[in-house]
Amino acid sequence: MAAITMSNIVKQYGDGFPAVNDVSIDVADGEFMILVGPSGCGKSTLLRMIVGLEDITDGDMMIGDRRVNDLPPRERNLAMVFQNYALYPHLTVYENIAFPLRLAKTPDEEVDKLVREASATLELDEHLERKPGNLSGGQRQRVAMGRAIVRQADAFLFDEPLSNLDAKLRGQMRTEISRLQKRLGITTVYVTHDQTEAMTLGDRVAVLKRGVLQQLATPRELYENPGNLFVAGFIGSPPMNFLPATVEGTTVDLPFGKVEIPADKAERAAGKGLLIAGIRPEHFEDASLAAEDGRTGSTFRATVDVVEWLGNETYAYLPFESPDEVTGQLQQLEKDLDGESLRTQLVVSLDGASRIAEGEEAEIWVDGRRVHLFDPSTGENLTVDRERAGRIPGAEATTG
Amino acid sequence: MRNKIGIVVGCVLIMIWCLLPVAWIISLSFKSEAAITNGSPGFFPAEGGFAGWDNYQAVWDNEQFRRAIFNSIGISLIATVLSVVVATLAAYAIARLEFRGKKAVLSLSLAIAMFPVVSLVGPLFDMWRAIGLYDTWPGLIIPYMSFTLPLAIWTLSAFFREIPWEMEQAAQVDGATSWQAFRKVIVPLAAPGVFTAAILTFFFAWNDFVFGISLTSTENARPIPASLSFFVGSDPFNRPASLLAAGAVIATIPIIVIVLIFQRKIVAGLTSGAVKG
Repeated sequence: MAAITMSNIVKQYGDGFPAVNDVSIDVADGEFMILVGPSGCGKSTLLRMIVGLEDITDGDMMIGDRRVNDLPPRERNLAMVFQNYALYPHLTVYENIAFPLRLAKTPDEEVDKLVREASATLELDEHLERKPGNLSGGQRQRVAMGRAIVRQADAFLFDEPLSNLDAKLRGQMRTEISRLQKRLGITTVYVTHDQTEAMTLGDRVAVLKRGVLQQLATPRELYENPGNLFVAGFIGSPPMNFLPATVEGTTVDLPFGKVEIPADKAERAAGKGLLIAGIRPEHFEDASLAAEDGRTGSTFRATVDVVEWLGNETYAYLPFESPDEVTGQLQQLEKDLDGESLRTQLVVSLDGASRIAEGEEAEIWVDGRRVHLFDPSTGENLTVDRERAGRIPGAEATTG
Repeated sequence: MRNKIGIVVGCVLIMIWCLLPVAWIISLSFKSEAAITNGSPGFFPAEGGFAGWDNYQAVWDNEQFRRAIFNSIGISLIATVLSVVVATLAAYAIARLEFRGKKAVLSLSLAIAMFPVVSLVGPLFDMWRAIGLYDTWPGLIIPYMSFTLPLAIWTLSAFFREIPWEMEQAAQVDGATSWQAFRKVIVPLAAPGVFTAAILTFFFAWNDFVFGISLTSTENARPIPASLSFFVGSDPFNRPASLLAAGAVIATIPIIVIVLIFQRKIVAGLTSGAVKG
């Protein structure tokens, strides 16, 4: 077991395009680190550089206290689970799991002991003599994990291991991976584009965009204190709402109405002109229900376009017009997130008990304390709580 | 129902079309020499014209024929093994590596495959006599290899391209050197391709007549197709058709054996289950 330290890692392809640009991430011994981002953000490239399947253009890759930049994969002692599992179809499940041990010339008795241990852990005992071709997707996934855990690797690397499974199995395997990692206590780097996996599995999460590290923090820190527009939009489902806003004193002027925000936040955003306000859907509520609970905050009235009732909660959609100054920025953001914005609308998550109906004008309560304000030109979160935001590259220089 | 009858009738017609010459040569091989000379038009031997295994016995007892069979088996097997080994390595490089002149190698090998065999016989005859390869096994193995390699390389590189690259990377991460990954993972997966290439190469070498007759002069290296054409019985004006037929039947047996052995290895879909499909 070992820590993995990446310092200023750069990957440049032949045409000069930097797929990974100056990324520094330290994965502590035994830590579960997630690399997350939309497709093409360089997360898989970074993982393949750790394991040695991609050359490193610049920077230092340390595993434990060894610099491994120039070592071939077999000398790095890492175990990897591939997105498509990459099982050896001509070998039985037993021999698939035993493959790394056979290469290491382990004596037969020990191979048998280790393989049976691994198969017991992953509940593969009754499948040991079968060929991978006869297994289901979930079983293949477990064989791939068996091949990884059977040897005493320094770290596990996962490359989107669950993306080929159906939704139900994905949930089960996610818990299984988490449990396994906790039990073995082994350093793990896990690549995914799925923010649910990122939030649930990771001790810490590194968010990447176009080869650049955006923020490195715990899931809670990312959710509550996103460093910039991109992170704010990427983490959370349904995503954070972005609205044009101007600040006057402690009041934020939104398309729907005015919202009171705490003084310290207002102070940091003062005098910046037109801003983008970010509010998560769950920080809205049906005003009548919020009043019953005695929650304080601002309310506004708006026409509800569509209502989706899910039982425990209700999503309501409120269209609004946004000024041209921020539209460009929001469209670019949507593109970065692999999405396509059809219209500017506010998504609010209400309690399932809410009786708001489609086409009605409803009174909505908003939690002013949870409003984030972003600079439209840089995307920087002006109201971020730096103590609780992990590491935001680029912002370090200004704050020390 | 009508459709099914059509298929059956069609199949029977094609079978007759393909297999009639084969059946006829088997029929010939069981007729006595005298019966053929006197004219024996029927498929089954006429009364008294049945030779039993005599023709086979006679052919097999012929020293010249036995040498030719031995030459053919030896030369074809060696050419096949060498060609498949070289083609496997070359095809792997072509499928996996990026190197300058890759296109050139591929188009050159295709050009060689398209080159008419006959046009090379003259120069080869001259060269082989000068170097001392004339009428030797290597003298035939080398041209067989060079004519079968292109096809083998093309077949095998298609197979290698089908194998997901992750297989090899997984092996490397699991601790294999490039050579171990190739030998333990890639080659077993490409086995159907390797056997396909082997069969094609063996066929070419076994059936070749032009090189066999031009580049040999004695039993030293003369293969079976060439040898059969030199097969003359006691009477030079009366070719022993029944003996030739028996010889031809014997000459097809190794091909049938090889196909039966290799056919079991060519199992399509061997790679299924490697990756989520």
